Amino acid sequence: MTAETINTTSADVTIHPLWVRVCHWINAIAILVMIGSGWQIYNASPLFDFLTFPTQVTLGGWLAGALLWHFAAMWVLVINGIVYVTLGLATGRFRRKLLPIYPSQVIADVKAALTFKLAHDDLSHYNAVQKVLYTGAILCGILIVLSGISIWKPVQFQELTTLFGGYDIARYVHFFAMAAIVSFLVVHVALALLVPKSLRAMVTGK
Amino acid sequence: MRKRKIIPGVDPKLLIKDAVKLMPDPMRRNFLRGAASLGALTLLTGCDLIDGETAEGILHKISSLNDGAQAALFSRTKLAPTFPENAITEEFPFNAYYSEDEAPEVDGKTYKLEVAGLVENKKSWTLNELYALPQVSQITRHICVEGWSAIGSWQGAPLSEFLKRIGADTRAKYVWFKCAEGYTNTIDMPTALHPQTQMTFKYANQILPRAYGFPMKIRIPTKLGFKNPKYVVAMEVTNTDKGGYWENQGYNWFSGL
Repeated sequence: MTAETINTTSADVTIHPLWVRVCHWINAIAILVMIGSGWQIYNASPLFDFLTFPTQVTLGGWLAGALLWHFAAMWVLVINGIVYVTLGLATGRFRRKLLPIYPSQVIADVKAALTFKLAHDDLSHYNAVQKVLYTGAILCGILIVLSGISIWKPVQFQELTTLFGGYDIARYVHFFAMAAIVSFLVVHVALALLVPKSLRAMVTGK
Repeated sequence: MRKRKIIPGVDPKLLIKDAVKLMPDPMRRNFLRGAASLGALTLLTGCDLIDGETAEGILHKISSLNDGAQAALFSRTKLAPTFPENAITEEFPFNAYYSEDEAPEVDGKTYKLEVAGLVENKKSWTLNELYALPQVSQITRHICVEGWSAIGSWQGAPLSEFLKRIGADTRAKYVWFKCAEGYTNTIDMPTALHPQTQMTFKYANQILPRAYGFPMKIRIPTKLGFKNPKYVVAMEVTNTDKGGYWENQGYNWFSGL
């Protein structure tokens, strides 16, 4: 190690490399389009009597418009997702940032978070709650894509559809994966607004 | 064995209402307008760089690319899953853009299937001549573009066999169907030749009831429900994509499963 790198002050340290930031914001746009259009598609044949989505929060205007949005944004979501996961694994970032996850730490950090005692001094280091949420979000992303493929192509990819328990069950998996991602988003956006420097880090990298 | 009684999201009595609800009016056809869509676009672009019509054009282009992607994914030999008889959905739903009592009433005695386009023999076919074709049966899942699905039992002649008998040029790109009420549909030739694509004359071994498309439906288990025309009165083998009722209003053209 050279003297220069040792002397680097923490202000110069990149918290999120460029590829993470680019993938993050492309994903943010794609997932919002997928959710808005997905809700409109859901409304054409609701899975639950008590739930339809108000048109003010849906995208596409009617079923055909929503399907056009959904099947356009899916390419952005999937290609960007593949780039993100590949780089996350190849660079070792996932392993460094998200692992290991110890249940005892998760419990301790959840308690700390609920009493507003969870420290955010070092943005480059994720606490156990963040690790669980980010890992969960990535896994839900993979699940929503696979269940989506299985209801889009239940003949050509029927093996995948069978893996989900058939077409009808795959629809529910797709729905609950969406519900999990929306729940994550609510917490994620709220926390990013509570700790604005984390939002800045995802824009500028520092 | 457990019987499927419930189609998620579908109350058969509400289907007609659903169909009416889904029937596009001029306002609905302009599906990128409206507060929600424009709001979302502004949100996405941060400004008004993209207007509704540009976005609509881009979306339709991507839909055409998706047609190509789906044609590439389509396997000429891969069969749609088939099911045992006890999996058949009770009260298989009627679904159209009109109510059941508005469905066409075709007279089987005077019915003739017209054949046109790139075929050697353009003679029309009576129902009895069609019934004399080799018959096959399938129990497959019908999947609606709306999301719900139902398992049904269909009997009829493979479309590929019929195309062979009329001397169709199977190098042509499309087969176009016209229905008694004016509904139209165009499908790609590989799908027309798929072993499960069927000229259907019976449902559950009974002559096709009016609700399900008497006298003939084209059953395509590798495509969404709206690509399965009912009350078919004419077909044309062609190299021109003549579109279809729903496709022209924005549903994806290929709509493969």
